[in-house]
Amino acid sequence: MAIIDPGHAAKQLIYERIFRSATFIAAIFVLLILGGVAVSLLRGAWPALSHFGFSFVAREIWNPVTDQFGALAPIYGTVMTSLIAMLLAVPAGFGIALFLTELCPPLLKRPIGVAVELLAAVPSIIFGIWGLFVLAPVLQRHVQPWLIRNLGDFPAIGHLFKGPPYGIGILTAGVVLAIMVLPFIAATMRDVFDTVPPMLKESGYGLGATTWEVIWNVVVPHSRVGIVGGIMLGLGRALGETMAVTFVIGNAHRISSSLLAPGTTISSAIANEFTEAVGDLYTSSLISLGLLLFLITFTVIALAQAMLRRLERRSGAVA
Amino acid sequence: MNRRMLRKIKNSAFLSLSLVATLTGLACLAAILWTLISHGVSGLSGRIFTQMTPPPGGQGGLLNAIYGSGVMTLLGILIGSPIGVLAGTYLAEYGRSSRLSTAIRFINDVLLSAPSIIIGLFIYEIVVVRMGHFSAVAGALALAVLAIPVTLRTTEDMLNLVPIGMKDSSAALGAYPWRTTLSVLYPAARSGIVTGLLLAIARISGETAPLLFTALNNQFWSTNLNAPMANLPVVIFLFALSPYKDWQDLAWAGALIITVTILLLSISARVLLALLRAERGS
Repeated sequence: MAIIDPGHAAKQLIYERIFRSATFIAAIFVLLILGGVAVSLLRGAWPALSHFGFSFVAREIWNPVTDQFGALAPIYGTVMTSLIAMLLAVPAGFGIALFLTELCPPLLKRPIGVAVELLAAVPSIIFGIWGLFVLAPVLQRHVQPWLIRNLGDFPAIGHLFKGPPYGIGILTAGVVLAIMVLPFIAATMRDVFDTVPPMLKESGYGLGATTWEVIWNVVVPHSRVGIVGGIMLGLGRALGETMAVTFVIGNAHRISSSLLAPGTTISSAIANEFTEAVGDLYTSSLISLGLLLFLITFTVIALAQAMLRRLERRSGAVA
Repeated sequence: MNRRMLRKIKNSAFLSLSLVATLTGLACLAAILWTLISHGVSGLSGRIFTQMTPPPGGQGGLLNAIYGSGVMTLLGILIGSPIGVLAGTYLAEYGRSSRLSTAIRFINDVLLSAPSIIIGLFIYEIVVVRMGHFSAVAGALALAVLAIPVTLRTTEDMLNLVPIGMKDSSAALGAYPWRTTLSVLYPAARSGIVTGLLLAIARISGETAPLLFTALNNQFWSTNLNAPMANLPVVIFLFALSPYKDWQDLAWAGALIITVTILLLSISARVLLALLRAERGS
């Protein structure tokens, strides 16, 4: 009874080719975006890079009037704020992940997990405006004077906590960043901890280990790669975060020895100055900053993804 | 005995620290929401939705900014999500484990957490510079680029969740893969794909950095896609940093609107996903 209509089959084949090509082109488009970003940033950055050469990344000067630009102060600010953010967010994220996987009553597990994920959905500009109007005054009045009093005269690290408490500055930006990347780190670590086979943990408990000993000697070694991957994913976010930092960094193109002083980061310099930049060299210098940020963050994120992928494959093989 | 005590103390110390960390995280979320509500609600009034952004010192609303945000987010999703869905389909159905697909998956995950200001610079270079001026189209394109990785990722994941038997049945009836995909897989994965769209909308509607130098801002009502267009995030940015009380109040009201919208979107995406899981589980 089957009636084979050759015309119908041919038409089907054409539709199949069209649909397949459409999906293929869309998939290739993803590669094109990344390539396009790299090429367009390189082209935009070229005038400044060829004019200043390697010294662009080694000079602190940033003077639009004399057309002298160097990226050292934004690089320093980006690295310092991200470092502070990591110092605060990694232990806290580890704690939250630990709480969610090992301690939390099952009833609260989902609500707290969702709350942490919602914190990740809050747009960065909200963190910025909150940081400027709520967090910065609190830090200025209560935390920074304490730091100056108690750590300001400490040998070796004392200079980091000297000077007046501005409220806004490198330290405040680092704290806001820490709160922002905390949910990413916590969620990734929780997922990684969940991949540890229960058998291994129970063996630890069976030997009489305390909860902490099981976590430190069984869970952590087993999920080491994933933990590092999660931390680097958070670092990638912190390095490239723009709006939250722009509000509280103070936008000063200089490197101060004190963490309490205003500074600048790569992303906040671009956000603050790009639309006001006059002159090709100024614009090109800002795009060069963008290119630097692109190279740094993409390296960090790619490494993080590679690590998380390795873990996924391994846990897939175990299961 | 002494050693055992020490271990117990160490145990409770670290466990208490993890509790403190969790409470701190929750407190941050609560503090942010509380600040938004206490500052934002007082600024919320009918004016917000009926009047344009005011000049310094004047009174006004956020109508043009809300409209602009809506238009650009919608355009961004309309441009970005078909590309993301099709690319996700390629990875799930055609490319599966080829080397190219592995590379695309990797690049997509990198794009997913890439700094959005870089995407803004990219669109500035290829659209704004060519056109010679800032425009709503450029803003929408920047948002589209941000929407692609989100929709791609969820589409691929959701298509992979469709039971293999359904695909096989369709193939056994003589359907070509395109037919199977359109008539069997997409309907089966519909709520999952919609989840991806909701997440993408939530992601792009709060983005500020990529709009700063693509759509810029516009103090007036404008529906011209070829001209700068007002949008909530940039208005919040400019108004919050201004010295005028009226502007700051408007910024807080805008911040409240945007956050509530995004949280509602993320929650509905999560509910949809939970329903889907329950359905699959039964």
